Amino acid sequence: MNNMAKLEGLRHSLARYGLPRDRPPVPLGCGSVDAVLGGGLRPGALHEVFARGWGSNGFGVLLAMLAAGTKPLFWVHPDYEAMEYGALSPGGLVELGGDPRQLVMVRARSPADALSAASDILACAHVGALLLELEGDPKCLDLVASRRLVLAAQESGVTAIMLRCGAQLEPSAALTRWQVASASSSPLDDDWGAPVFDVQLVRHRAGGLGRFLLTWNIEHGCFDTADTGAVAAAPADRQAYPQSRRAI
Amino acid sequence: MISQKANNALQVHALEARAQTLGLYKGQPLANARAMVQPLAIVPADEKADAVLVEGIADWCDRFTPLASLDSPDGLLLDITGAAHLFGGETAMLATVTQSIARQGFAVQGAIAGTSLAAHALARYVPGTITPRGKDAEAVTPLPITALECGDKSLRALRHAGLKTIGQVGTRLHSELSERLGADFVTRLKVMLGAEEKPLQPRRALPDLMAEQRFAEPIVTEETIVASLLQLAQHLGEILERQGRGARMLEAAFFRVDGKVARITVRTGEPLRDPKVILRLLRQRLDALADPLDPGFGFDLIRLEALLAEETRPATISFDSNENARRQIGFLVDRLAARFGDARVQRFVPQDTHIPEAASVAVPAQDSDFAQQNWSLKRRPGDPPRRPLRLLGKPEEISAVLASVPDGPPSRFRWRRAQFDVARAEGPERIAMEWWRRSVGESQSDQNKAGLTRDYFRVETRDGQRFWLYRDGLYQQNGLAPRWYLQGLFA
Repeated sequence: MNNMAKLEGLRHSLARYGLPRDRPPVPLGCGSVDAVLGGGLRPGALHEVFARGWGSNGFGVLLAMLAAGTKPLFWVHPDYEAMEYGALSPGGLVELGGDPRQLVMVRARSPADALSAASDILACAHVGALLLELEGDPKCLDLVASRRLVLAAQESGVTAIMLRCGAQLEPSAALTRWQVASASSSPLDDDWGAPVFDVQLVRHRAGGLGRFLLTWNIEHGCFDTADTGAVAAAPADRQAYPQSRRAI
Repeated sequence: MISQKANNALQVHALEARAQTLGLYKGQPLANARAMVQPLAIVPADEKADAVLVEGIADWCDRFTPLASLDSPDGLLLDITGAAHLFGGETAMLATVTQSIARQGFAVQGAIAGTSLAAHALARYVPGTITPRGKDAEAVTPLPITALECGDKSLRALRHAGLKTIGQVGTRLHSELSERLGADFVTRLKVMLGAEEKPLQPRRALPDLMAEQRFAEPIVTEETIVASLLQLAQHLGEILERQGRGARMLEAAFFRVDGKVARITVRTGEPLRDPKVILRLLRQRLDALADPLDPGFGFDLIRLEALLAEETRPATISFDSNENARRQIGFLVDRLAARFGDARVQRFVPQDTHIPEAASVAVPAQDSDFAQQNWSLKRRPGDPPRRPLRLLGKPEEISAVLASVPDGPPSRFRWRRAQFDVARAEGPERIAMEWWRRSVGESQSDQNKAGLTRDYFRVETRDGQRFWLYRDGLYQQNGLAPRWYLQGLFA
């Protein structure tokens, strides 16, 4: 029995021969976030980003860009998604330091199709990252579905970013869960307009939580702490998550 | 009997054999026919449905030769050059074709001849004829001049000259005929007599390579279908390997016993000849079909065609991990395209224009090599982004815009039923439409087609959302207040 298990293990490692074994975490670039995350965004895991408002989903895109590195980035979304939140524009991606040549777009007919395409993509270890964009709360996206994505991501080591626009926070199997809103540019900044996000890490299976004001540093391709003296006002229209709450 | 309106009068369009024995004929005024025979069952003609039916039969005839073409309105021409021996010679083939079409309930006549026109005429006037090689003229000469189908005017002219058969016409000097009836007529006559050939226009592009399997007993179950697909893929793969080529586009055609033909097509990003990969792509395409493959009473022929085959670079197994990764990604894209359709798996290509919505297009990811493209930066180094991360499919009009005249940014606007207060704004960035694309004669004032000059603003609202707005046109133009649109969302 023990031998069988050993054999199975050997087979498994042979199947993954030549692939990067343990991909190191991808640092976001901002010390406080990386400390909470334990070094950075963990590859081979599912990360969920809940975007409020119109532009804040850019945080998810930037995370996927970071996670993909120089490898292909697959962007999967149902058709109507592009109508509501706009289609990812390669011109805009270039402006943020991304490379559209890495981008492969899959337009799915329905959320169910998008999920099955996502499983296919996660099965290929040579993919850099998957950006799965879903609007609202589709029925087919339940715990089983997200668990399936997690397993596929673990198996291949591909990072999966699930971008949820206009969705409710519901339980899922994701490793981290972020809630993002756009934030104002620094009042001291003449050159306003670089992306600034009010980011809350509301669930983390392997560490602490936190709330950060991050800006995207285009030149270095990483996140920085936004240098506004005044932190964005506490949101009046939604529940603020207590810092002490830990994920199970 | 079928009636049809021609020259503003109802005529007999087609009729069955029994009606013919009663003295009715094609082209007869319907009133005359009614007067001669009572009662008559008359159905109005539906030419579209007829054409669809003939197309369907032509599809079915693909099993005999890939070179099947329509001979409108009611005929089919099959080029059986080099195909007859597969069906036991010309006589046997003609019998097979006509009998199996007749079995499906059609009245059918056929003939085999050296040229398309001769076959056309013989099938109608002397069905069953098979002309020996080079003897078309002898078979055609006894036919009446109506078989030339050269139009009423020429027909009348020939009758005036006392010519009754094609043979008689053929004895005349061609220069005489050409002077009187036109060069087209002479060409027609030459083709009819086998002196010249008029190539067929095949309905479908010829495949580069194909493999097919016929079944004496029609197959129905999925396992047997898949097994035969695998065999075909292996066979095709062998041919491809011998030629050093790989398939870029594959088509599997399933011929049903009752005449229906189903086709599925898969495309690949790289020349492909591995039978297992071919089979997997085909299966995924089959699984993704909206209406699944219905075997009905079974398929009696399955054909696998490489519609497009390309040279492959000699396949050495590469240990270079980059090359391997590229190939694996290629396979993944092929799989996704087979499952969801190749128009749904896309990549972006930059376009040489400054109009924002046209600056890039999404094309099927399998189409070309994307590594060579150049994407240009709009911002200066160190500046914030000039173009939004997301573009709305269509710019959306915003209302209740409060902006200073003539070219100030808006300070407040409504979009999607929400009010936005602008805290900062930058602009205008003026983008003029491409006047050189206007067609000649369109003036500056013909604005609907060419589009107005746009002044773009980047704005940030009080709660930190960044939008890309533009004013469509200038204030001075045509006295109306210009409209405002929201086109993009910055991160």
